Parts: sequence; structure tokens; C-alpha cells
Amino acid sequence: MEEKKQTAEVHVEAKAFSVFYGTREAVRRVDLAIPSCQVTAIIGPSGCGKSTFLRAINRMNDLIPGCRAAGQLLFDGQDIYGSDVDTAVLRRRIGMVFQKPNPFPKTIYDNVAYGPRLHGSASKAELDEIVEESLKGAALWDEVKDRLDKNALGLSGGQAQRLCLARALAVKPEMLLMDEPTSALDPKATARIEELIVQLRGRYTIAIVTHNMQQAARISDKTAFFYEGDLVEFDVTQNLFTRPREKRTEDYITGRFG
Amino acid sequence: MRITTRKLLDRAFTLCAYFAVALMTLFLLFVLLPIFGKGAGAYLFTGTVEHRRMLLDQFNRGDAEQFSAEWADVQQARRPIYAAVAAFEKELPGLPAARRKELKASYKEIRVGLGVLLGSEPGKPLPALTRGLYGQTRWDRAQEKVSNILYEETWDYSGGAGKRVLVPRQPLFEGTALAPIFPLLQNNLRDLLHPRFTFYPGFLIDKSIDAHFFGGIGAEVMGTLYLALGAMLIAVPLGIIAAIYFQEYATEGAVLSFLRSCVNTLAGVPSVVFGLFGLAFFINTLHVSPGKSVLAGALTLALLVLPTVIRSSEEAIAAVPRAYKEGALALGAGQWHTILTVILPAALPGILTGTVISMGRAAGETAPIIFTAAVSVGRMIQPSELLTQPTPTLSWNLYNICTEHQAVEEIRHVQYGMAATLVVIVLVLNLTAILLRARVARNLKG
Repeated sequence: MEEKKQTAEVHVEAKAFSVFYGTREAVRRVDLAIPSCQVTAIIGPSGCGKSTFLRAINRMNDLIPGCRAAGQLLFDGQDIYGSDVDTAVLRRRIGMVFQKPNPFPKTIYDNVAYGPRLHGSASKAELDEIVEESLKGAALWDEVKDRLDKNALGLSGGQAQRLCLARALAVKPEMLLMDEPTSALDPKATARIEELIVQLRGRYTIAIVTHNMQQAARISDKTAFFYEGDLVEFDVTQNLFTRPREKRTEDYITGRFG
Repeated sequence: MRITTRKLLDRAFTLCAYFAVALMTLFLLFVLLPIFGKGAGAYLFTGTVEHRRMLLDQFNRGDAEQFSAEWADVQQARRPIYAAVAAFEKELPGLPAARRKELKASYKEIRVGLGVLLGSEPGKPLPALTRGLYGQTRWDRAQEKVSNILYEETWDYSGGAGKRVLVPRQPLFEGTALAPIFPLLQNNLRDLLHPRFTFYPGFLIDKSIDAHFFGGIGAEVMGTLYLALGAMLIAVPLGIIAAIYFQEYATEGAVLSFLRSCVNTLAGVPSVVFGLFGLAFFINTLHVSPGKSVLAGALTLALLVLPTVIRSSEEAIAAVPRAYKEGALALGAGQWHTILTVILPAALPGILTGTVISMGRAAGETAPIIFTAAVSVGRMIQPSELLTQPTPTLSWNLYNICTEHQAVEEIRHVQYGMAATLVVIVLVLNLTAILLRARVARNLKG
């Protein structure tokens, strides 16, 4: 185990990192290293700060009035909350998929092309290529290739979520944040997303927040357990689920609360 | 509460609602039906040969050859009347003084009546006003006017209150050369005027001739459209920008609530105050134009509808799911880019609805433009004059020709036609709003 930890390069590192909503400390002095090109699951009961932590990584919390961060959060060794950080560049490197599929009310093509257009891929041929590649990456191409000009709101929930994934992939990020990406989906669609995550592993660093412990066990390399703002335990997934070190972790994964 | 009581109460509420809706519909019909019914009379009516003559003369419309044949027929039919009048003129000096005195006043009224009915006599000097040139263009009016010649109107006060009594003139002129015109007018009026069913779509676009005695309401329609469009051109961009500021940029606080209450207060200001403000500010202070102008009116109207545009745009923007915004921001889009590419397109149906409804309001407003843009009498305005010239408008001229016109009674059809046209324009605008909204919403839904 120790060896594996050493070899995996750290992509995101939190050092005594806290997030405050006003005076309430939602994430409390967390120390955590997310390894590169692996899947890291973040679990915990509602309100434990796991989503807040995830959204701190691409600074989506900036939108919430009164929300501020303390401590250090490093991405590739660079402080995410540094004064010289351009959030647009940061978010381009760290893509995000949300809890509820949120395709724009535009065509499927325009949804995927939104990011590349924004970041200046001008030529039509280039765009076509990126769109196809991204949709293939999200395992959606075969289903939508004949209706790229149709509105994305006509897709099913599972398809819409994969479209959102394709949209995130289209800007060629290094890391993907997933905030309970399957909680609004049926079991079949969930299975497809999980398959995808496994496929994407190795190419992207993935951090996934989930309520579903089986899901975390199935797809992640490492798992972090948050409880009331504290990082209780962080370990290789198999260890955490079979031999938890902490009492609270054990209680949670055995279903005693949460 | 017992279940039967509850059901009874439920039913009572439903009945109340039905009753309210029925009452409202009734009121609406009561107002709209006469407007549309009588307003349609400005476009569809039984027109006389005088109408066709006026159209050919003034607007060069109609078949000239066909008309000259018809005109010859009419002249033929009218000749005995003019001949009788000429003979009577010759006869009059020879009559005994007492008889002459008896006939003179009545004869004068007959001459005026003939002019009103048939227009100026061919070969005689042209009248000063165009209204004297043509006779009655509408058959219904002609039938009323002919009675002024056939009967003398007197008042009978014997019963206390005055009662109108019509006394035939024919017996008075018995034995004179004028006598033959009475049966002619009574029985052969159709030959004199050739009434025919007429559809006059030009009413909508023709200029008015001689203060609405003839012609249409084109100048007013154009003025109204220019003002409403101009107001929207100014109010919509400003309103959307303000709404974006309120929804996306402003942070809650004293400044924001102050600005909001300003907007709400603005929405409650009486429109006449806007009119006076427009005059004092845009014309007298800023000198946007030398006097009243379409520009000044459009600015004033824009101010009037601005609160509505801001509010409806704000509501539309607030209704856009936050998830869209988050999605765009998470892809690295800036705030402005997110607003432009995701939020505004999604809010478009709501914004459009507010815009077109405001446009309907701007088209119908009277008070704000009295002082800033509207004139009672004016020609059709050209696009090049929008910045400097005032214009007639439907709303203001409707008031004007119903109250201040020198012959209010004579142009009832124009009044109703104008009212109906204004109502239809506003209805069409609102209908457009509904259709546009449905269309854009459908595109968004996919």
C-alpha cells in the first residue's frame, strides 16, 4: 500500500484547508492528496462538506456570497486560491459534472462545442472533430450522431448526463469533478456512467462525490470519508471498506447512520 | 366541518368564479363589439360615386375609364336638378316680394344641402375647402343629408320641452321651377349617387383629406408605429441591461433596494406626468429637437414602459435555472459570456413577452405624447423627419376628432374606424407576443 501511494503523483493537495460559509466552517482543516489519473471517491452523510470540498477545487463556491476558503489547496503544486489564478483557466483544466444533468437549451452539437468555441477553436472542421471525439469519449456518439442539430433537452436523463460529460471533455481538462453524477439517474443509466468513469480512469484525474457507497467501492481507487466537515478517514478504497480504522467510518459504511 | 358543507362551499366558490368570468366577458363584449362593428364600417360600407370620384382625384386609384362612364350617367341624372335650380334662380326676381321673402331662407338651405349631398356643381367656381368639392361618399350619410333638403327642421315648444318636427318643403315651393327636384331627390337618389358596396382598405394607409372628411388614417397609423417602435428601440436594450444588473451583478443592500423602489415608483407614476417631464426634460432642457418630435415622444414613452420591461426581463432572467449558469461557468466561461450565450437566450421568451406587451401599451398611450410628439393636424411623416418633426397618432387624434373637430357628427365612421384600428393594432401586438413566446419556448424545449 505504502508503495502505491508513493508512486501515484499527487494532482490536488489540501493542506489544512477550510471553507467557511459566513462564520460556519463547512470544511474543517482538511489534509488530503488526490492522486493523478485515478478515481478518488468522497463519501459521507448529507451536509458533511463533501460537495463543498469538491466545489472548492474549481472554485465554484466563489458564486456563493459569504463563502471563503482558508489554508492551502494546491493543483499541480499551484495554489488554487492564489491571487494570480484565473478561474476561467482553472475551470478549463478542471471540468465538472453536476448532480442534475444540466445541458444548455441548445442543440446537442452546440452543447459540446460550447467550451471549445469559448476557448477559441474557430474552424468548423476542428470543432466537428472535437464534438465527435468528446461524444465518443462519453459513449454517446452512436445514439446522437444523427440528431446533433436537435435540442439537447430532448435527451433522456442518462443521455443528458453523458452529454454533460462530453461537454466537459471537449475542453480537454486534466481533471474531472463529479458531484453525485448518478443520483438523478435510474440504475441502468447509472451503470453506464460508472462504466464510463472506469474507462476514463488513467487519462483523467477524477474526484467523485457520491451518496452510494457501493458505487464508491465499485469504481474508486481511493476513498475519503467526510463527517461534519472533518476528513475522518482517507485510504485505498478496499482498505476503507473492509478494514476501516475509525469507528465513525465503520458505523457509516455499515449503515448505522447517514 | 361536515363533508357536505365543505362540498357546498366548494361549489359556491366555483360558481363565484364562473360568474366573475362571465361578467368580465360580457363587459368585454359590451365594449369591443360596437367598436369592431362600427369600426369595420370605415373599411366596409356602401360607397357612392362621390367616394370613387374622390379616390380617383386624390389618390389616383380606380379605373378612370369606367369611372368617366359612370360619372356621365350620374351627371345625366343630376342635370334636371341643376336645370331646375337655374330656372328657379331666373324666376325668383320676378316673384312678388312677399313670396320671395317666404322662399328665400328655405331656398338658401336647399342650395347648401345640395352642395353637401352632391358636391360642387360642375362648371361653377371651385369651393375653398375640399370638403365642398365632393358630395356624400357614404350612402348612409347621403340618406340623412337628403332629408335636410326635403324637410325643414323646426322645433315645437307647445308641450313645454322642445320637440323636433320635420316639415316638408315641397308644398312651399309648389308652383315654382324648383318643385321638380323634390320627387327627384326622394325617388331617384340612387341614380344621383350610384351606391355600391365598397371595400376601402386604403383607410388604413391613406392620408386624411381636409381634416378627415375624406381619405384614411395613414398618417396616424404610421405615427403610432414609429413612436411605439422608437420607444421599444430605446427601452428594450436599457431594460435588459438594467435587469441583468439587478439579477446578476448587484449585491443585496441599501443601494439595490433603493434602485428597486425607484423602478417600482416609476411604474406607478401617472402617464401625464411622464408627458410633462418629457416636455420639460427632453425638449426644453436637452433640446433633443426644436419642438415636439417623434424622437422626444419615443424617449418619453420609453421612460414610461421601462419599468415594465425591466421587471419582465428580471423575472425571465430569474427563471433561468441556476444549473445553466453553473454549467457555463464550470466550462470556464466568464460571467458576461455566460449571460450572453446561456442566460439571455434561455430568458428570451419572457423578455419578448414583456417587450411586446409594453409595445402595445406605448402604442395606446396618449398623455405622454400630447406634450412631446403628437399634433392634431399633420401630414404623413417621413423617416428622415423622425428626429425633428411631430406626427399625428391614433391615440391622440382619436381624442381630437371626437371632441375638438369642427364637424364631429360628420365623421363618426372615422372615429370608430380609428378606435377599432388602434385596438386591433394592440391586439395584434399582443398576439404576436404570445406566438413568439410559444415559438421560442418550443425551440428551447427541443
